[in-house]
Amino acid sequence: MRLKILIRLKSQILEPQGKTIEQSLANLGFKDLTNIRQGKLIELDVPDNLKSEEKNKLIESACKKLLVNEIIEEYEVLG
Amino acid sequence: MTFKSAVITFPGSNCDRDAVTYLEDLTAGPVYKIWHEESTLPNVDLVILPGGFSFGDYLRSGAMASKSQIIKDVVKHAESGKYLMGICNGFQILTEIGLLHGALLQNNGLKFLGKNCFIKKRNRNNFNKSIDDDKILEIPVAHNEGNFYCDEDTLKDLLDNELIAFEYCDGQYSLDEANINGSLKNIAGITNKKKNILGLMPHPERAYQKYHSSEDGKLIIESILS
Repeated sequence: MRLKILIRLKSQILEPQGKTIEQSLANLGFKDLTNIRQGKLIELDVPDNLKSEEKNKLIESACKKLLVNEIIEEYEVLG
Repeated sequence: MTFKSAVITFPGSNCDRDAVTYLEDLTAGPVYKIWHEESTLPNVDLVILPGGFSFGDYLRSGAMASKSQIIKDVVKHAESGKYLMGICNGFQILTEIGLLHGALLQNNGLKFLGKNCFIKKRNRNNFNKSIDDDKILEIPVAHNEGNFYCDEDTLKDLLDNELIAFEYCDGQYSLDEANINGSLKNIAGITNKKKNILGLMPHPERAYQKYHSSEDGKLIIESILS
């Protein structure tokens, strides 16, 4: 099964790339597109034979051990 | 007693050789060059995690290096109370391991900074004890992620336990407008509570010879040795 993990900086942390993108979009006339923040998306395959609980545990463990730095980031698993 | 040290090289480290000559020239003791896949460290007094772009800075700076084979022994070395110093990418690796508080975010100006900066000592420790309180050190920085961040409770811990080793200042000893990368409290370097681990964004190993733009980087090794 293919899963997507969305990782983003916590909302209280300034995300300067989003600010720059917002400025560029505004220069192109997209002044109504605001509060832009850029994150990252990781796609991966999880074995199909895992039960939902095992799958969640595996993903959570990988996120905590390497994929996400919870001091600055938060993550969400997208189906 | 001979002072022994080691420098760890990760794929993508690029200040490892500078760190080795820095230690060879200033400590006069043996300096071991250790590849990250090795599992044991020699018995040394100081380990340096050098600057560079370990594992291409993929995922997050220092994230992959913090899981390298040698790190288990680096942690043991530090837990025994011996010195451990992470410079630039090494500082990022130390926060990713969890040996130091906080994290290093992208510079708030979004630019890679490669220039000399000014820092001064804030809290006394074995890495800066030979440096006068009012001494301003001129040391090069070369980083894209040097913007130190931590939450409020952690910052309180850093302040209460006097863990801020160095802070950015300007040549006139003012902290205003000297904050080159957006770091909380102008933090350029911090220690752990036992004060045997230092993480530092500026590069002292690029500022210790007469032909360098400054020799202030010497003062850190002199502090350790004194």
